[in-house]
Amino acid sequence: MSEILLQIDGREVTAKEGMTILEAAQQAGIFIPTLCHHEKLDAYGACRICTVEIEKRGWTQYVAACLYPVEKDLVVRTRSEKVDQIRKMLLDLMLAHAPESQSLKDLAQAYGANKDRFEKEPNFCILCGLCVRYCAEVKKKNAVAFVGRGVRREISFIPEIASKECWNCKECFPLCPTSYLQAAYFLIEGLAFPPMVPSEE
Amino acid sequence: MTRISSPDALERIRQEILARRDPEKPCISVCAGTGCLASGANDVIAAFEAEIEKQGLKTKVYTKGTGCPGFCERGPVVVIYPEEICYLQVKPEDVSEIVTETIKGKRVVERLLYVDPVTGEKAIHESDIPFYKYQVRNIIGNNIKIDSKSIEDYLAIGGYSALAKALFKMRPEQVLEEVKRSNLRGRGGGGFPAGRKWEESRNAPGDIKYVIVNADEGDPGAFMDRAILEGNPHSILEGLIIGGYAVGSHEGYIYVRQEYPLAVENVLIAIRQAEAYGFLGKDILGSSFDFTVKVHRGAGAFVSGESSALMTAIEGKVGEPRPKYIHTAVKGLWERPSVLNNVETWANVPLIINKGAEWFSQFGAEGSKGTKIFSLVGKINNTGLVEVPMGISLREIINKVGGGIPGGKRFKAVQTGGPSGGCIPEELLDLKVDFDELTKAGSMMGSGGMIVMDEDTCMVDVARYFLNFLSDESCGKCVPCREGIRQMLKILTNISKGKGREGDIELLEELSVTAQDASLCALGKSAPNPVLSTIRYFRDEYEAHIRDKRCPAYVCKDMVSYYIDPEKCQACMICLQKCPAEAIEGGKKKIHVIDQEKCTRCKTCFEVCPPRFGAVKRVSGETVPPPIPEERRMIVRE
Amino acid sequence: MMEVAMDTNKIDEIINKHQNEASSLIQILLEIQRENHWLPKEALQRVSQRLNVPLSRIQHIVTFYKAFSLIPRGRHEIHICMGTACHVRGAPRVLDTVQDLIGIKPGETDMDLKFSLETVNCLGCCALGPVMEVDGKYHGKIEPAEIEGVLKNYD
Repeated sequence: MSEILLQIDGREVTAKEGMTILEAAQQAGIFIPTLCHHEKLDAYGACRICTVEIEKRGWTQYVAACLYPVEKDLVVRTRSEKVDQIRKMLLDLMLAHAPESQSLKDLAQAYGANKDRFEKEPNFCILCGLCVRYCAEVKKKNAVAFVGRGVRREISFIPEIASKECWNCKECFPLCPTSYLQAAYFLIEGLAFPPMVPSEE
Repeated sequence: MTRISSPDALERIRQEILARRDPEKPCISVCAGTGCLASGANDVIAAFEAEIEKQGLKTKVYTKGTGCPGFCERGPVVVIYPEEICYLQVKPEDVSEIVTETIKGKRVVERLLYVDPVTGEKAIHESDIPFYKYQVRNIIGNNIKIDSKSIEDYLAIGGYSALAKALFKMRPEQVLEEVKRSNLRGRGGGGFPAGRKWEESRNAPGDIKYVIVNADEGDPGAFMDRAILEGNPHSILEGLIIGGYAVGSHEGYIYVRQEYPLAVENVLIAIRQAEAYGFLGKDILGSSFDFTVKVHRGAGAFVSGESSALMTAIEGKVGEPRPKYIHTAVKGLWERPSVLNNVETWANVPLIINKGAEWFSQFGAEGSKGTKIFSLVGKINNTGLVEVPMGISLREIINKVGGGIPGGKRFKAVQTGGPSGGCIPEELLDLKVDFDELTKAGSMMGSGGMIVMDEDTCMVDVARYFLNFLSDESCGKCVPCREGIRQMLKILTNISKGKGREGDIELLEELSVTAQDASLCALGKSAPNPVLSTIRYFRDEYEAHIRDKRCPAYVCKDMVSYYIDPEKCQACMICLQKCPAEAIEGGKKKIHVIDQEKCTRCKTCFEVCPPRFGAVKRVSGETVPPPIPEERRMIVRE
Repeated sequence: MMEVAMDTNKIDEIINKHQNEASSLIQILLEIQRENHWLPKEALQRVSQRLNVPLSRIQHIVTFYKAFSLIPRGRHEIHICMGTACHVRGAPRVLDTVQDLIGIKPGETDMDLKFSLETVNCLGCCALGPVMEVDGKYHGKIEPAEIEGVLKNYD
């Protein structure tokens, strides 16, 4: 695979064809914040916290670093007034759901985000999808899924599958940035798991 | 039916079809599009068939249900050929008179003709009616001439001759070149040059490529694609097969939204007919080019009309958009090169191939060649579909073709581009309608929806309406769109309930910027447009809502109250009886009073109170006067 | 009557018609919805089994798309068009009146399983706005005062 030369934050960076800006940056030791990204999972592009400013043929654009493929002579800025504004607003929005999340609180400090800017939202899931994707791509069990659309989108455990698979796995639990996952699991376990009959298993 | 195996055979069959038809024989064409069917067109068609039978004219008159010609406000529409006499709002009761007077007596039934609301002049022929006169009906003009379920009708008007020309007289590269030279831009909203997209796919690596028709038409208020697909499905098939030939694709998909059952039905019939006649399948017309097409139905999601989402839906997955850093023309359906174009874009292809890129470019404006079909709806006299050359002004469309605003109301704004577009105010009515002008003004042409609004429309409510739509239709995957829309909707809902606060407008603008810059797909990026354009041109309305708790258009229910002026009320009982909430007290000689607790602000009383009394009043931003005491409510008439 | 699970044979028939192809998942579900007027859990499980598609994906699809109902629908389906043209012509008032009269919100079915209510984002007959469609019959230019009379005709 051929080498690609691009510029990130004023530095010349060498990357391989097919890499994303995020991968190239990480390889060069340049930090870009992420939330929904995980090295074992396909890039998802939902949280948009990794948004960076790029310049291409005279045009300035904002793209998700975890998905955008590197290009020759691309100019990338991981911080700028606009980028910081975007990240701050994204954090303000997510904090309305999960003000106590440590990952959000850490980032909030760096960008001056305010957990009280928006009224509290009842659901403290930020829909990063780490749980759903881990269960689908790594464990291949599909015990937890997205349901719904738009503002009513949620995660939901599938009781028929979760009741059989989750009890000795729970590898998704530490991935959740807000701990909503654990709450959702115990709720569904109490409400919807079929009763255990001694002759089963 | 034996498959047609050569272009010569096709021409022979076409001549045979034409020879069997007598152009002088009267033909009663009744629009059988969804709109007219909803107005009872089926009963009209049945009535004609029965009457023709009764009067012994069965062999002397053709009757057919046709595609939609666009004048939906006045449906059911009937056109009598060969004279082209056009009758409007025809009911089954009118049928016997039409047959006796017009078919047999060659006389016109005056009362069913179009009457100009200003001059009072009547128009006899379809082409005299102002609604049609100012249009250039290259595409939609064919609809009234064909029975949508008949391939012979399509062949009779020259159908599939473009396909024969492309397959036998042009190489694929030449077809591609012709489409490029025509400067045909996508009609679905993006406006991307079709030729360039086709070329990108043609040059992309891979043997298997796809061509796709986007008939998901989700913009509320837009139904152009429905009319074309229902009315003339073969024209789309022809365009698609030609596109497949040019790009190097042998498999096509037509994605139709499930809310259009008639379009699905007619396109499936057309495909079966095309297969039987040899326009689809192996060795089309003996050219050795193979092509098949499948129909895929939508399941009720606006976002699945986005090109990458649509392809994901065809793959059997949830129709969510994918990031488009790599074009779908290169990696689309199943990661293969895929050309996706809108229904209207495909409909233009046979015309371009038959008549040439030069012919096509004579219509339209620089940068926006050809004609465009718009759905002109809302507060407008002539609601329907209009096909006009691009570059025409908004004022011309609304006044000349649309006939202006009904009820003597004042024009306020025209909304274009659907949920991704914005509102254009009166000052800008001379803007030319094309891909670029409207974008500069903060809207966009979009797929062609044009919703006219008058003084009774609240622009804050319009912004709230679109955001409410998007909050449900967004796929919900990315934060800037989902959460941005969630918060913007909250703010707008509060404003419309009289709970707006200083700083709301600025917060809406900030949320808008984040959604525009950081969203994953075009839905999120364009979601703020309705909000931003209404703030830009109607800021005073926002400020009235926020500062004065007043809705100038009297729409936002929580800020509007109705009451009956005791000086003017004549106790006629009309509003009392019509009130759906039974909120009006009173009697035959007793002045009516609205119970503010029960009133749902449905506006019925305001609309039904006889104009000569004008007793029902509305207020916003103030309280209603207390009702007069019981004793003073009896009307004493001398 | 509505609670009875759908006949497995019917489901298999539909799946076989689409050659058991996983990419036809949405088309298969649409047909089952059309046949049965709603999608019982058992039907989803059967489809998941036969097409070898995870139940989670099916769950997302049937909650993502409006065409699908996971609860039994009423004998009569009311669709109120909420497209922009109908909106400016007063569709919200029509919706409010229907909600008040029947006592349910969009997406719900009433207790007698008589009416189901749903909003639609454009039926494509904007000239007739506001439009209320019941069992495929269009009631155009409908006014709030007329609605009770129209609905009384349905039992």
